[in-house]
Amino acid sequence: MPITVKVLDRPIEDVSYVKATLKGMALTFKHLINPHKVTVQYPEEKWQISPRWRGTHRMLTTETGKAKCVACGLCPTVCPANCIKLVPGEDEEGNRYPLIFEIDEFRCIFCGYCQEVCPEEAIHVGRHYENAEYSREGFVYDLERLTSQTHPVCEMWDPEDPRGE
Amino acid sequence: MIPLIALLQAANPQLPPNGSGVFVIATIVKMIVVFTIYMVGVALLTLAERKISAWIQDRHGPNRVGPSGLLQPAADGLKNFMKEETYPEAAYKPLFILAPILSFIPALTTWVVIPFGAPFPTRWGRIDLVVADLPVGFLFILAISSLGVYGIVLAGWASNNKYALLGGLRSSAQMISYEISLGLSTIPVLLLAGNVTLGAIITQQAYGGWNVVNLTIAFFIFLVAAFAETNRLPFDLPEAESELIAGYHTEYSAMKFSLFFIAEYANMVTASALMVTLFFGGYDVPFTPRDNIGPFSGWLTILSVLIFFAKLLFFLFFFMWVRWTLPRFRYDQLMSLGWKFMLPLALAYIIVIAAVLLVLDAAGITRGAMHSSILGAVNVVIVMIVFAILDHGRIISPAYGRIEGARLARLRSVSSRSPLASGAK
Repeated sequence: MPITVKVLDRPIEDVSYVKATLKGMALTFKHLINPHKVTVQYPEEKWQISPRWRGTHRMLTTETGKAKCVACGLCPTVCPANCIKLVPGEDEEGNRYPLIFEIDEFRCIFCGYCQEVCPEEAIHVGRHYENAEYSREGFVYDLERLTSQTHPVCEMWDPEDPRGE
Repeated sequence: MIPLIALLQAANPQLPPNGSGVFVIATIVKMIVVFTIYMVGVALLTLAERKISAWIQDRHGPNRVGPSGLLQPAADGLKNFMKEETYPEAAYKPLFILAPILSFIPALTTWVVIPFGAPFPTRWGRIDLVVADLPVGFLFILAISSLGVYGIVLAGWASNNKYALLGGLRSSAQMISYEISLGLSTIPVLLLAGNVTLGAIITQQAYGGWNVVNLTIAFFIFLVAAFAETNRLPFDLPEAESELIAGYHTEYSAMKFSLFFIAEYANMVTASALMVTLFFGGYDVPFTPRDNIGPFSGWLTILSVLIFFAKLLFFLFFFMWVRWTLPRFRYDQLMSLGWKFMLPLALAYIIVIAAVLLVLDAAGITRGAMHSSILGAVNVVIVMIVFAILDHGRIISPAYGRIEGARLARLRSVSSRSPLASGAK
């Protein structure tokens, strides 16, 4: 570090402690009597999150209540955090379905690639942030958990402005 | 009972001999009432501080416990009682335990001599609304409030922690430096009143106008020194949380920490009460000199107590308002403000006021409207000199203060010759 002292040669007329103090106190007093508060009273009042918020996942289902997933394996491939575990299965008619579909929400970085890559629009990131659990294991969401969640899902882009213009 | 009264007589020769029983009972009642109100008030002040800080920062503040957070102090108190008392292994235990007590007791004790209302007439005689009307009055406050620094220094030393020690050292330097200005700033008040009893000071103000009008500079010095004495921002160097964790009470937990906390607020109350008493006429009802000469009545007492508390609350608010406005001083700024500015100013002010009073006495002008208006005129001149001329860059040396040309050139040549500077280029 070079020993060079930067000296601001401010004129003495501008340096008044009392004046600056009074100015500051007027400002704080203005805020004191200002009825507008920025606090959101959380449990009663909730922050309106963006439609593009990427929170914990949700698996959409068909009308029959089965997961839309066809176990193509794209989401575990694209996932940069490697948090999706997928074991595919096939029924008698040759339809593929996931035997095991687990997302470790602790490893997930909420990039939303799984939703973007999904050809069936099955897996989605959700507009949801209240994720408390009593154990670490609770954060590994299995297929049942993913399908039963009801929170709104993320719109990866604004439908009226898909190119973000 | 007899030896007790004799002892009290010996302690206070002004005690009326026939009203001793009433005096003892009244004093005990006053002690209990004042102590209760004081402690509840201090607890509520912690809430007020959090609320005011929140409002200044556009927040709501604590509003969950009780109606709009009113029970927050009770919750805090309960929490502090339930918490574990920790003792650092290296701490020197006797002093570690003694320190919070030593800072707590003087903070409470100073309140006893402050009159908080006009005398209250009863069937058994007049009762002064002051716990102990000591003849030494103000000197007692100076003596006791100086003891508070021991609590902080001992806490810092006994904790055996570098941050705590630094906090303790800073507080001893700060409080001793500012105590001098604090004491000296009140001498004009005492000169004017001709007495050190707080009651006499209030009486003088009831007739001659509040001291803040005539002795503004003394009030200003007292205000700044009171902030330093109570360790409040902008002078909170002893705890300086961004530098010293929590300063002298880093190692304290639970109720022992709480005692320091209460002591800070108790000191604030006492400092505010002193400012009210010395400079704002105490319990004096504005524009009426009646409240010191009578006729006394219960209503007058209630009115004067209310007025005293209104003034007190204003200063408590002022303490908090300043705290959430100003940043902390640098240590050298603190010291130079105390020794290079406030001390000479206080000394010069004493001389000026003493000279003015001497001239007024020599001219045969007695205490009254004329006397006050001459003092007020002198005061206007001094205030103009101090705030219009002295204030510019000289009260506190700023980080970017003006440096003389020769010194600046020397600094620049040193820095250009430095091998470190050339190496970096």
